[in-house]
Amino acid sequence: MSIRERMSGNEAVAYAIKQINPDVMPAFPITPSTEIPQMVSTFIANGEIDTEFIPVESEHSSMSATMGANAAGARALTATSSCGLAYMWELLYVAASDRLPVVLALVNRALTGPININCDHSDSMGARDAGWIQIYAENNQEAYDNFIQTFRIAEHPDVRLPLMACQDGFITSHAVENIELIEDDKVKAFAGEYHPENYLLNPDMPMAVGPYANSPFYMETKMNQRLAMENAKKVILEIADEFEKISGRKYGFFEEYRLEDADYAVVIIGSAAGTTKDAIDELREQGIKAGLLKIRVFRPFPGEEMAKVLSHVKAIAILDRAESFSACGGPIGSELKAALFDFKFSGIAVNYFYGIGGRDYTVAEAKAVYSDLIAYADGSKPVENYKYIGLRK
Amino acid sequence: MAFNFKEVMNKPERLAPGHRMCAGCGATIAVRTVLRALKPEDKAVIGNATGCLEVSSFMYPYTAWEDSYIHNTFENAGATLSGVETAYNALKKRGRLKENYKFITFGGDGGTYDIGFQSLSGAMERNHDLVYVCYDNGAYMNTGIQRSSATPMYADTTTTPVGSQSNGKMQNRKDLAAIIASHDVPYVAQSTLIGTMKDLYEKSEKAIYTPGAAFLNVMAPCPRGWRYDAADIMKICKLAVESCYWPLFEVVEGKWILNYEPKKKLPIEDFLKSQGRFKHLFKPENEQLLVQYQEEVDRRWEDLLFKCSR
Repeated sequence: MSIRERMSGNEAVAYAIKQINPDVMPAFPITPSTEIPQMVSTFIANGEIDTEFIPVESEHSSMSATMGANAAGARALTATSSCGLAYMWELLYVAASDRLPVVLALVNRALTGPININCDHSDSMGARDAGWIQIYAENNQEAYDNFIQTFRIAEHPDVRLPLMACQDGFITSHAVENIELIEDDKVKAFAGEYHPENYLLNPDMPMAVGPYANSPFYMETKMNQRLAMENAKKVILEIADEFEKISGRKYGFFEEYRLEDADYAVVIIGSAAGTTKDAIDELREQGIKAGLLKIRVFRPFPGEEMAKVLSHVKAIAILDRAESFSACGGPIGSELKAALFDFKFSGIAVNYFYGIGGRDYTVAEAKAVYSDLIAYADGSKPVENYKYIGLRK
Repeated sequence: MAFNFKEVMNKPERLAPGHRMCAGCGATIAVRTVLRALKPEDKAVIGNATGCLEVSSFMYPYTAWEDSYIHNTFENAGATLSGVETAYNALKKRGRLKENYKFITFGGDGGTYDIGFQSLSGAMERNHDLVYVCYDNGAYMNTGIQRSSATPMYADTTTTPVGSQSNGKMQNRKDLAAIIASHDVPYVAQSTLIGTMKDLYEKSEKAIYTPGAAFLNVMAPCPRGWRYDAADIMKICKLAVESCYWPLFEVVEGKWILNYEPKKKLPIEDFLKSQGRFKHLFKPENEQLLVQYQEEVDRRWEDLLFKCSR
């Protein structure tokens, strides 16, 4: 029987770590992810798990040590947020190119400039091209469920890529919600142990990691990373199927909410999906065919799959919780529009920015987005392609 | 065990020939000497900061390293090996590994004194059972001889060039061995390439087989950066030691020990004049700079004698 509990998102991830009992966890505190290493340290201090914890002197070193441990043959992870991820930047690319299946519990927070401890996605979206798998959670349940699947995806022989499991800072990391936990033995059996083919501490075959590889080999390295990312699509779905068997909960690249017959759709990532769903329910009562596509897997980017399920929609609002300062769209906006173009989408697609630096996003504001879409679709309002939600006047 | 030169030199090489380090490179000699101090039956994981050694010894698809080896980036050799060493403890504890491993990481002075300083300090303070070996050639040689905090005063480098308004680097070098000793780690030593390499070999052995964190600072001349005839490397190292520019010492469990005191301390000019990077100091108008230089060497030497006398 699964266990009914009440937990914050950070507690949920720490609980998943406890159930997996990984080999090594180096970490450095940063709001709002700090609780995760604190809780793991407490589990270790109380003898509940025997993970080796390294209290490193920076996030740069937490990622470096995680990579070293993983290359050595250990299942290794770390946790961070915002500037912590930014400080790891250089290493993110190295982890991906060295094909180290490390896992990062990312609690999304705005990047400094000015300093801001609240949620947006500028940290992980900035790292979107680093070669990491990125999976996002809407709520505490998803943060827990996603985390349990992480190592299996990352370590799969056809993938061998680092993975960041993201959840929204404070909104899910600190808010306590009901959660359904899976029994320890089931999680343990599901997660298994890490037994790589090649690793530094293999007494039968030494290994060298991190070569100098100039123009004769660099391009192939990158091409192989792309192939691994393509393979990850298949593996993510396989692991999700396996996970459904132990949990009864179904996961894919994205969730469709009342999208099947929708004329107007919002595309979003993370906790704001819940607010949007409430808006949709209200609009549906008024007979407005509103729907939602909530992205779970952003890397690899399921462009074709999303374009397919959005093909019948008259107008789409793509909501970004991060700027990319291209002056022509945010990260999800640009990529999804490119995919929609490739798959001959003939409707309207506009890009909104919301929740930047923790700005509220309300049901009323979500409903206003659908009003815009209706007006764009019937031609009563000229299409504005770059809008802010909740911006101070 | 007493040092037996023949026996030591007959140990199997753990850095294979065929790498692309310059002829006469001090770093390579240092690395081979350190690795000889491993017991042949012990396995090792070698770490490496980005630098000459890394880009010349592991050019895909070839590696010169007989042991497992990891290069991550320029500034994180300490943290990377911390992770490897911790993984070893985890796998041992969980019964997934039986063999004994030792952990040694190499970095140049750029990757150690400067960009990798925080990572090194963290690894030392946490007292991981590893050895960090700095091959100190006193500048960023891999990128073309730019000054580092290990660069000696008045050295002509490409970012402290000598000119009408400049006599080279204006600052003294950082005393990294003393800084690491202040981390209160079990073993710190300074060495260089002297005679039969007995000094470096024995210090490496102690560093590798002392439980906990150890740091070796090895002066490893760079013929290109220092501008001397590559064949003169052993002479240069000897002058550095005999002039007390590069003293040989150990700090064992906090106790400072002087390993060698020259019978007749040579003037610093003898060390400086053999190198092109100090050529400008021998112009008649720069006589005062040499006096200053000698004063600084004397001050540091006296300070070391004091530390070792306690």
